[in-house]
Amino acid sequence: MYEILEKRALSDNVKLMKVKAPLVARKALAGQFIILRIDEEGERIPLTIADYNRKKGTITVIFMEVGKTTKQLGIMEVGDKLLNFAGPLGAASEIEKYGNCVMIGGGVGIAPLYPIVRELKKAGNHVISILGARNKSLLMLEKEIEEFSDELHICTDDGSKGKKGFVSNVLQEIIDSGKKIDIVWAIGPVIMMKVVAELTKKYDIKTMVSLNPIMVDGTGMCGGCRVTVGGEIKFACVDGPEFDGHKVDFDNLMLRNRRFLKEEEHACKIAGVKV
Amino acid sequence: MAVKKEKHPMPEQDSKERIKNFNEVPYGYSKETAIEEAKRCIQCKNSPCTKGCPVEIDIPEFIKELAEGKIDKAVEVLKSKTALPAVCGRVCPYENQCEGECTLNKIGDPVGIGRLERFLADYERKKGMINPKKLKPTGKKVAVVGAGPAGLTCAGDLAKMGHKVVVFEALHAPGGVLMYGIPEFRLPKAIVHAEVDFIKKLGVEIHYDVVVGKTITVQELLEDYDAVFIGTGAGLPRWLNIPGESLDGVYSANEFLTRVNMMKAYDFPHHCTPCTVGGVAATFGAGNVAMDCARTSLRMGAKKSYIIYRRTEKEMPARNEEIHHAKQEEVIFKLLTNPVEFIGDEKGKLKAVKCIEMKLGEPDESGRRRPIPIPESEFTIKIDTALVAIGQNPNPLVPKSFKELETEKWGNLKVDEKGQTTVPGVFAGGDIATGAATVILAMGAGKKAARAIDEYLKKKKK
Repeated sequence: MYEILEKRALSDNVKLMKVKAPLVARKALAGQFIILRIDEEGERIPLTIADYNRKKGTITVIFMEVGKTTKQLGIMEVGDKLLNFAGPLGAASEIEKYGNCVMIGGGVGIAPLYPIVRELKKAGNHVISILGARNKSLLMLEKEIEEFSDELHICTDDGSKGKKGFVSNVLQEIIDSGKKIDIVWAIGPVIMMKVVAELTKKYDIKTMVSLNPIMVDGTGMCGGCRVTVGGEIKFACVDGPEFDGHKVDFDNLMLRNRRFLKEEEHACKIAGVKV
Repeated sequence: MAVKKEKHPMPEQDSKERIKNFNEVPYGYSKETAIEEAKRCIQCKNSPCTKGCPVEIDIPEFIKELAEGKIDKAVEVLKSKTALPAVCGRVCPYENQCEGECTLNKIGDPVGIGRLERFLADYERKKGMINPKKLKPTGKKVAVVGAGPAGLTCAGDLAKMGHKVVVFEALHAPGGVLMYGIPEFRLPKAIVHAEVDFIKKLGVEIHYDVVVGKTITVQELLEDYDAVFIGTGAGLPRWLNIPGESLDGVYSANEFLTRVNMMKAYDFPHHCTPCTVGGVAATFGAGNVAMDCARTSLRMGAKKSYIIYRRTEKEMPARNEEIHHAKQEEVIFKLLTNPVEFIGDEKGKLKAVKCIEMKLGEPDESGRRRPIPIPESEFTIKIDTALVAIGQNPNPLVPKSFKELETEKWGNLKVDEKGQTTVPGVFAGGDIATGAATVILAMGAGKKAARAIDEYLKKKKK
């Protein structure tokens, strides 16, 4: 059993949890994820690692309450225990000295971006971060990311904080300013990653994206998380979750992420939670 | 007295009823029938049946005890060699093993050895399992990676030799393929749990949520344990590699069966994992896993269930019993047919599969006649769910994380006849070493490796 040590609401439907999982924390690296199960009847859901503390043996996850399991997780409190918590899974981000890194996080995608920003900065990179969300209340971890960024840009769709517009607009401005960009990381909604990857492809800037498909086991066994990358089938759980954004078939990913929408709605209704 | 030529039949659930539930199909023998069947054994001198058993069960001996009505004694003989008799008594391909070798084949049916094994295991479980004797510890510690048939057998045997055994399992439940793969109606999960509990009573500890290669490495295990056994199975699904395979509605057999069996999607939404099966399901492949998929799809609500296979019934790798049960349940066999493309609607949902007719040509390297497409014979079948059950490759997680462990062509770990890998102190067995095979062969490999590990530990002591 894995105890919840800390819980914070980052916005109406986004929560942060620190979970005691020493074996996972011992090995966790930026870019990896965990699979958790709440109880005996629970489903296995993947969440990207937002932070880890090896000394304290904790893993931080940040999640948006979108389906039955994340809603159920959202009402759990400090002291409650999760039945299963396995990881760290997937390949870690490739941290090295690239030069100028542009780090783009959209909405709840800002959470997994944070440890990558931190490690890239520690590796001696010049880090430019762009954080975006639909509105001010959906932004998160600004201070934490600012600490490890040389430049920080904020934007919101409605202009309630920072520039009004999308992260891709800010990226375009940086490209137009003539600044050399060595690599881009983009983590957020699939459509955001798609738009960023299309933009950077024009300028031939290497772009990593972190994918979040539906998973079951998380160890390469079921293939539920398969994505098409460069025309080949890849499993996000073992080959990813990070892939070269220029090679990902985002349309297929969007389609596969809608696989169980109807069932999810049904489960939420039965469980009395609003979708 | 002349020996009865026919095996005693085993009563089973009616096929019209059973496709509406997940309850076990065969009911098993009564005590009286079991004793009668045991009496069919002529106790022949050379007992060829034992040669056919990968886990070396003393078959004539347990049958003799049972025929005399000494059930407890019979159970003892059985369990001295296998920790999973209720599993073996259900899923072993006896017809190719013990029963295939039985002398009675010369005059009629072989003795129903599998059914007798199942009877004894079920009888003991219902009565309450006898607690195993505690052994004097040797002071040696062994780590077992994976709680599937190979790992559990290896762990149980090592514990019986007095070694301390800790099993590391990536998933949240024990059993491996017994839990995620084989359906409830063929192998009730309560039975797997009961047999695993017995192994725990031998002193074996099982740690869940530990993904070896990720959470902890084999190298780290070697620092804390005197030896390591790897039984991580064949977890990597193979694909047809045809267009449309990523459409909504196409599942690997592993995903479909894991959702339904281990995650209990048949009990959705009480259990939270969904799994949708539309009106027409098609399973590609014709092994035991394919039969499981086709039969499960009916129970999940499919109105029609196809098996689509490129060769003929003769070449099907599934056991006769599984094919027979599938036919009884009105699974439709589309033979000499190969899929060429999955077709989706505008939303990316599967709606049909385009197939081509095949004919058999010359035998290939497997000895089976090679299927050849017949030009311009394409046709389309409307389907809502596709289940790809054409096999699995070994799970790459452990080999990938430990380069010194050498692998072979399909990514399976290289081992010698004792199960020793290319790293001293590291042994392997089951599908990770042989490629996808059967539960009983994995158990046999676990047993052999346990003996080799014991020898290795004794040598190490000196």
